[in-house]
Amino acid sequence: MNQFFTVAVLSATVASGIALGCPLLLAALGETVGQRSGVLNLGVDGIMLLSAFGAYFVALRTGSIALGVLVALGIGAVMGLITAFINVTVRAEQGISGIAIYIAALGLSGLLFERYVGTPLPITNSSGPFSAVDIPLLDRIPYVGTMFFKQNVLVYLAILLIPVLTFALHRTTYGMKVHAAGENPAAADTLGISVSRVRYSAVIFGCTMAGLAGAALLIVDGIFQENLTQGAGFIAVALVYFGGWRPGAVALGALLYGLTGAVILTWKTLGIIPLSLSDLAATAPAVIVVLALLFLVGRYRQPTALSKPYLRGVM
Amino acid sequence: MSQHEASLPRKAQPTGIAATGWKPLFLRWLTLPTAAIGALLIGALIIAAMGANPLTGYHALLTGAFGGSYALASTAVKAVPLLLVGIGICISFRANVLNIGGEGQIVMGALAGAATALALPNLPRIVLIPLVLLAGCVGGGIWGAIPGIFKAYRNVNEVLSTIMLNLVAVQLMNYLLAGPMIDKSESFAVVGRIPQTRLLSPNSWLPIIVPGTQLHLGVVIAVLVAVAVYVLLWRTGIGFRIRAVGLSTDASRYAGMAVKRTMAMALTLSGAMCGLAGAMLVFGSISHRMVTDGTLTGFTGSDGYYGIVVALFGGLNPLWTILSAFLFGGLLVGGVSMGIALNVPYSSDLVTTIVGLVVCFVVALDAIRRRSSLQSGPTSLRQLLTRNWHPPADGSPGAAPSSTSSQPNDDATAPSAPPPVPELIPADPRDALP
Repeated sequence: MNQFFTVAVLSATVASGIALGCPLLLAALGETVGQRSGVLNLGVDGIMLLSAFGAYFVALRTGSIALGVLVALGIGAVMGLITAFINVTVRAEQGISGIAIYIAALGLSGLLFERYVGTPLPITNSSGPFSAVDIPLLDRIPYVGTMFFKQNVLVYLAILLIPVLTFALHRTTYGMKVHAAGENPAAADTLGISVSRVRYSAVIFGCTMAGLAGAALLIVDGIFQENLTQGAGFIAVALVYFGGWRPGAVALGALLYGLTGAVILTWKTLGIIPLSLSDLAATAPAVIVVLALLFLVGRYRQPTALSKPYLRGVM
Repeated sequence: MSQHEASLPRKAQPTGIAATGWKPLFLRWLTLPTAAIGALLIGALIIAAMGANPLTGYHALLTGAFGGSYALASTAVKAVPLLLVGIGICISFRANVLNIGGEGQIVMGALAGAATALALPNLPRIVLIPLVLLAGCVGGGIWGAIPGIFKAYRNVNEVLSTIMLNLVAVQLMNYLLAGPMIDKSESFAVVGRIPQTRLLSPNSWLPIIVPGTQLHLGVVIAVLVAVAVYVLLWRTGIGFRIRAVGLSTDASRYAGMAVKRTMAMALTLSGAMCGLAGAMLVFGSISHRMVTDGTLTGFTGSDGYYGIVVALFGGLNPLWTILSAFLFGGLLVGGVSMGIALNVPYSSDLVTTIVGLVVCFVVALDAIRRRSSLQSGPTSLRQLLTRNWHPPADGSPGAAPSSTSSQPNDDATAPSAPPPVPELIPADPRDALP
């Protein structure tokens, strides 16, 4: 245990915890906006998988990770359009349509991988904005510098999103419209707000973030394989509940999850957890989230119209 | 909406949508086939886009699934876990509790069953088989009770807790099968050992009922369970409470029902069914071991998710779910044949994609169906609001023991009434969500 409590190990663990939490953070922040507008999207994991594959394929063929990230964003947006169409226009049962999108995307990403790549090759990511970017000066701060300021650009983006989204959701007209669509769509409708348009935009934003999360996950892993996410998208959805639909608290949850994972990885490497127990230890983040749901969730009310399709004239 | 449902006057009316014109007829009977055909067409496009022949593929799929007694037996065996999970989903979804935790409950049931068989290998067959199946129910039941109790008493969203418990169960399985429960006699190097139990006692194997095929006793048990759960849901007080809570928690509470206990119980029962499915996967397997490859779906083969599809396709009715499980079993078994015929490595992914597309179409068409019955006038509106119960023919005595005639959603069907039409999704599960 002593070898864990050294400056080098601790700061490396925190740094990798942040890196591990980044995909969750991006996906969970996106999902927060979607859920606040009243749409529960359980297909996040599938969208992450498809975008991760898209990013992987493009990065592998062109050698450009930036191009891969762009493709991931595009796939996320298209999946967002499909998700919004099914949930907002067709008004399908959201819990189930999300699972459907997840299953279809899980299959499709595996299918495309088998058909067009087959043997997994790692992508090269040694330089450029998607490997570590040192923030000048700040990275020299003792301890904190190595933890926070030697990350890839997506991590900075994700962290920047926390205050931006908090502001956008609470202090802008658009944020108020999202809030209205999620709390009382009928009232929003009578005020001339297009509930569909608000929900469409929120869902597409959420899914685009999920696409970015897929790319971030790919960058962390450096390679694609079937079911790369291992349920990360579902964890992201759980984190939205964990954080009570507030971006700051959601982010805290994502970082907590990432940190727990990183601590366990480090302990495994250092031999604090014997190899035979590593599978058992890997349950820790999920157990923590369940316990957190158990003790925290009652305090925050979910958006009243969450997962309820809106149809004018029918309450 | 819940309150409205509860306050609707009880009135005998012909079941279903007005029986004139092609549109109601289509909406009532052809939604599911349309969904299946639509998904298969997109699947064909995908196969063609991959550079293979869809006709060859689908022909192989059909013969692989339903051509000949061996294929039919394989399909039936594959359908067993799907059916049991589907039955579990019927119970929980009817109570408006969305159980996404089938995967974890399957795993826990299988672990409990396998542990029992490993601990008591010498019991006679007639005792051991029921015992391991019961152990499966208990294991899955516990894994369902946890989110059930959390949901009922602490208002923890069950979708998320069940998903999280899936992750926990899989890691627990990886630990147990690679550690305490591993086959120690296996002579491979320690590093390369397959995470699996040793050969389970032959007394625990489910007997083959048709020699020369894989058709085992589990097929019969699963069908009997489906019938039993149908009776439970529609002919007993427990089942009535489960469905009443699913339709309206408020109305059920006013009627004096123990809403929380019913919710927790529905998820426990649902988990028990999934656990039984897990036990069937172990004791009906060809290897007669519990074995995994360490991935999330390594042991279950995603049956916990497919079971949801199967139950929805069966209209959340255990009897229709038998048929739907058989069809989906065929799709999964035939998918393997399709992969061999097309000589492609991605057949299982293709099948997964098609299944996902089927569900997309089913939920979308179901929503359209609901809305269209809503728009065609007040009669249909009432049918929309009450569509989860089939009003009894005049004067039929309430067959559900605990139901009283003052209950508006008493759907005891008279023996002469037409069979219930599959409904895709229970009335507005959203209403009871916190």
